[in-house]
Amino acid sequence: MRKCNMRTASAALLAATCIAPLQAQERYTIGRAATDAEIAAWNIDIGGNDGSNLPPGSGTVARGATIFAEQCASCHGDKGHGGIGDRLVGGQGTLASPKPIKTVGSYWPYAPTLFDYIRRAMPMNAPQSLNDTDVYAVSAYVLHLNGLLAAAATLDAKSLAAIKMPNRAAFVGDPRPDVK
Amino acid sequence: MSELSDHPISASRRRFLESAIAGGIAATSLAGDALAEIGKGTENLPPKIPEWMKTPGDPVGSQLYGTPSQFEKHVVRNVPKNAAQMISASSRAPLQDLDGIITPNGVFYERHHGGIPNIDPEQHRLILHGLVEKPLIFTMEDIRQFPSQSRIYFLECSGNPTYTKPYGKTASDLVGLVSCAEWTGVSLKLVLQEAGLKPEAKWIVAEGADAAAMTRSIPIEKCLDDAMLVYSQNGERLRPQQGYPLRVFLPGFEGNMSVKWLRRLKVTAEPAYSREETSKYTDLMADGSSREFTFYMEAKSIITRPSGEQRLSAPGFHEITGIAWSGHGKISRVDISVDEGKSWQEAQLQDPVLTRALTRFRFPWRWDGKPVVIQSRATDETGYVQPTLAQLIAVRGENSFYHNNAIWPWRIAANGEVTNAQV
Repeated sequence: MRKCNMRTASAALLAATCIAPLQAQERYTIGRAATDAEIAAWNIDIGGNDGSNLPPGSGTVARGATIFAEQCASCHGDKGHGGIGDRLVGGQGTLASPKPIKTVGSYWPYAPTLFDYIRRAMPMNAPQSLNDTDVYAVSAYVLHLNGLLAAAATLDAKSLAAIKMPNRAAFVGDPRPDVK
Repeated sequence: MSELSDHPISASRRRFLESAIAGGIAATSLAGDALAEIGKGTENLPPKIPEWMKTPGDPVGSQLYGTPSQFEKHVVRNVPKNAAQMISASSRAPLQDLDGIITPNGVFYERHHGGIPNIDPEQHRLILHGLVEKPLIFTMEDIRQFPSQSRIYFLECSGNPTYTKPYGKTASDLVGLVSCAEWTGVSLKLVLQEAGLKPEAKWIVAEGADAAAMTRSIPIEKCLDDAMLVYSQNGERLRPQQGYPLRVFLPGFEGNMSVKWLRRLKVTAEPAYSREETSKYTDLMADGSSREFTFYMEAKSIITRPSGEQRLSAPGFHEITGIAWSGHGKISRVDISVDEGKSWQEAQLQDPVLTRALTRFRFPWRWDGKPVVIQSRATDETGYVQPTLAQLIAVRGENSFYHNNAIWPWRIAANGEVTNAQV
């Protein structure tokens, strides 16, 4: 595309080169159609705010405790209080203090993001190795450690999306430039 | 030709040993050590004939991929010494040892969230799906078939540096998470046109093929503006550390959004609210609120020479030089203060002054040998002026971690030693 000279270009030229919708423009016919199977296998995103694309299945806090001890505690601590890996638990009420503690419970605005992140990136030494049941279970256990889920609870797509995280209302847009 | 050229290794080894002996260096000192010592000796200074003129040097092709002189071995990435782990971590460009505006690929800063994947480009694919008319899958060959473009842009990590002590000692410690390169690839807009955007498309979620499956949401306006899919950097294919074989590049935006090792672009109506854009790259204010989707890197500058841990040899002429940049466009001016910020004088900007690229500034200066504090202050084409750290903290508090673009002063002592004046 070339920049249009707004003073000299005719209306027709403007329509053709400046404001034509993307769909109408020239295509190079590069690439091929992606199949549904290819897309489905790679499309692991969960809508962080609404839980969209959460898979079927469920996991219990109890099962999550076992997996956590086996695969997570070495980095995140026995009860999620941190180590080589991030602290996951506690910190509510500290964000406005000189020593804020940012954890899943104190900071994260959306619960489904937990499932998304554990499934795609955890455990750090073997990401995408947990099945969906186990990802639900570990998510449930981390939420339980933060007082956001009962010990006897089972987590699934609907219940995960329904959890209101304590810090959800504290996020605001970008007001910069903020120093005049 | 003499036998020397037939046996270049033995010839150069003999040359080093002869030099070592000439320099009175202990016989146990082998070639590498001897070279370092030779640099400090006088045996190659006038009126003597330098050793390296007396025999032919290494032959053509002795390094199939060239590396810097071994006298420049200290110019390397600045790697954290006490990090808990190095899989999700960063290393910094040695800004104080670099000239001009282009960062060499080998010392370009790094930030990885799941290590550096080793990707076979023939087995790499990019899937473009979501709110498009026709979901597409591309090979690397496909991507390179598109019309290409090359642009010089800086890239900067959003946390560069933090607001809290201890502050770094060198320019690299402080703001070494910025680098600048010529990027070659295809306009993202062209690739999106191939699939056809649906009217409700507002965001594109980019995902890397690394062990973090790094995910960030990009507003569609940026995708249709100057965003690129990049496969080359400074004339060669991307280094693995920079996303080989394919990355997103978003000029002026915080670095982590330019997702490396790109495997997927999903066009959506809403952001993904991924872990990185909710719990990580958000800015915590003093009142406990947090800013999200803080994309732009605001105007910034730093003096790289003289800078922390360097030393002025003597009073007299010294050029003050450094780099300035803004995510909002071109740098319009850089001012220098050599009196603790009481007065400011305009520096010279070295051409080219490019939008969203590093700009080199220079300021001729004569040091009188007295203790002094020097600092630089950038202004960009929007009129935005780089603030002081105190101004930033007054608005944001000390916990916001990201987007610190403060002026950073250096103190020069009477003995010429340069240290961080922000203590």
